[in-house]
Amino acid sequence: MLLVYDGTFEGYLSVVFEVYKRKLEPTEITAKEHFQHTMFTSKEEITTDFDHAERVWKGLQQKLKPELNQIPYSAWLSGEKGIEMALLEYIRQAFILPLSVEGNFGDANILTVRKAARRVMREAMRVLQFVRFQCTLDGIYFSAISPEYDVLPLTIKQLQNRFADQNWVVYDLKRDYGFYYNKKTSEEITLADKTFSRSTGAMPANLLQEEEGFYQQAWIGYCKSTTIRERLNPKLQRQHMPKRFWKYLTEKKR
Amino acid sequence: MNDIVQKKLNILADAAKYDVSCASSGNNRANTQGGVGNAVNCGICHSFTEDGRCISLLKVLMTNNCIYDCAYCINRRTNDRPRATLTVEELVDLTIGFYRRNYIEGLFLSSGVIKSPDYTMERMMLVAKKLRIEERYNGYIHMKAIPGASSDLIHQAGIWVDRLSVNIEIPSNPELKRLAPEKNYVDIYRPMNFIKENIIAQKEERKHLRHAPTFAPAGQSTQLIVGATPESDRQILSLASDLYQGQRLKRVYYSGYLPVNEYDQRLPAIKTPPLVRENRLYQSDWLMRFYKFKANEIVSDEHPFLDLEIDPKLAWALRNLHQFPINVNKAPYEMILRVPGIGVQSAQRIIEARKFRTLNTQHLTKIGVVMKRAKYFIVNNELPASVFDLPSETLRKQIILGDKPKPKSQPDTQLKLFSFGDNVKPLRLTTNLAMLD
Ligand code: SF4
Repeated sequence: MLLVYDGTFEGYLSVVFEVYKRKLEPTEITAKEHFQHTMFTSKEEITTDFDHAERVWKGLQQKLKPELNQIPYSAWLSGEKGIEMALLEYIRQAFILPLSVEGNFGDANILTVRKAARRVMREAMRVLQFVRFQCTLDGIYFSAISPEYDVLPLTIKQLQNRFADQNWVVYDLKRDYGFYYNKKTSEEITLADKTFSRSTGAMPANLLQEEEGFYQQAWIGYCKSTTIRERLNPKLQRQHMPKRFWKYLTEKKR
Repeated sequence: MNDIVQKKLNILADAAKYDVSCASSGNNRANTQGGVGNAVNCGICHSFTEDGRCISLLKVLMTNNCIYDCAYCINRRTNDRPRATLTVEELVDLTIGFYRRNYIEGLFLSSGVIKSPDYTMERMMLVAKKLRIEERYNGYIHMKAIPGASSDLIHQAGIWVDRLSVNIEIPSNPELKRLAPEKNYVDIYRPMNFIKENIIAQKEERKHLRHAPTFAPAGQSTQLIVGATPESDRQILSLASDLYQGQRLKRVYYSGYLPVNEYDQRLPAIKTPPLVRENRLYQSDWLMRFYKFKANEIVSDEHPFLDLEIDPKLAWALRNLHQFPINVNKAPYEMILRVPGIGVQSAQRIIEARKFRTLNTQHLTKIGVVMKRAKYFIVNNELPASVFDLPSETLRKQIILGDKPKPKSQPDTQLKLFSFGDNVKPLRLTTNLAMLD
């Protein structure tokens, strides 16, 4: 049997709730947008129920190691084909196993979930590494980037801790949404009026503070000066800093 | 802020780049109310230079003027080079401006010696103090203590910075004296000991008084130049081992000697820095810190130099074949850690995963073990036992041959990468976000 949900994490958790409550044996779980008609399997659409979702989430948290409790959400964010079923198995095992499920590396499903989560976490890390703020005339530090997965929500807490006393925006160009932080809390935003480049996130100079140009030039100069010419190794550079991020990097702009 | 600052920055970044210690790790400094920045557990690399090194900190000299004349140093007073000095304010502005734009994790400040060690140290200390007090900056600061500076100034600096370090540079006192007649080990060890004692005392005090000031909470580190002088790897590694144990250093960095002053007859005539050797030293250092190896297991009187062809872990295993094969389903963690082809992460996973089931070859591969290498050193219930009868030399050749078809891997200066053939790349730039594995 095929279960379809609305494509949100709460939707997915609602599916898990139904599976438990009605002892369903799904062969596939998929988001509505990825659903393809098949003739042979029966299909049921599960409506999202926040209450159910929360109950699953809370119950699950008690079974996970606190330092690893982001794995299910991160793995789900990967959007990988089949991740929903692997994750269902992960959750199942978390509830029944006497040992902590995270260590069951010998199980294909558990390994799939951990690897997917790892890829997503790595992408979130890259956002934290490679996002570059430009200080606009109204004193907001603006940045934009296109991560492979929808990872901005995973980075907000860190950005808030780090840039606690400045207003900032971090914007996902691919998914056309971002977060605005006002020195107290951050909220999700979508910018209808794109005053910045849609491909690189660069703001035009006339919208930036005067000293912005100085810092950008100083940074570009710094990156050049700190390079050791005798040890050039562009391959290694690309390995650590994938080319797909270069267009957002101040130091890689001409 | 203007062109002049930009020019000065370029000169002083260029002059500082040979100092390899860039990691901004080892300390959690929470942001205070209304301040800017926090230092997270492991340094984040915000960019990478074309030579592939991590840019995590604004690494810069306060000045490249110097009253000394160390043979191995590009900034020695007899060199005819462009010289510059950044003011305290300029350094503060650059640090904050870069930090707010997410260019850097913090500041790494070193300096040539102007007028006197105290004069120099005081200005450096002021940069840190201003950042913390006036700018309410909570990002990372790593500062070099100037040998010969007064204890009082070093103490003041220690209050504001995360890490203080004194570079030893030359791995033995006689060689140091030969290349840097104005320096000696006493002047280096005095501040090093002083810092060590302050760190210990302050930790003790903070146990009772939670709000007592910190003192270089991320500890101290040092750098050794490799290949400028004739010390053996054995000498270097036992010095490093002493520094970790005796001086409680957090990190020792090794820097392959770059021939910056070719005209100086006291230095060896080499064209390129000894990168492979530097890499092997880092791997050995890694083995001492994370794989529970002792220096004398890695190099000894019979083998005073590291094998450049194979990594030190494999070299150890080949010298100690009598300890293998080991059973991955039973052996203790420490022993699993010693198997070539199994890194720290794979070893931990094996310990976890074998609680669930007996692990076979396929499980091991999935976990990240490099079976191509590990198969010579382990048993489970499947592997044929015959391969274990090979003599060490044959095995060595076979393994090297097995590695050949791969494109030659680049020596890497990013330490966190060393995983000894561990397939699972560590999430190398972890913060507390990246808590997986
Ligand atoms: S004291 Fe430092 S900066 Fe001065 S010459 Fe010696 S190594 Fe270079």
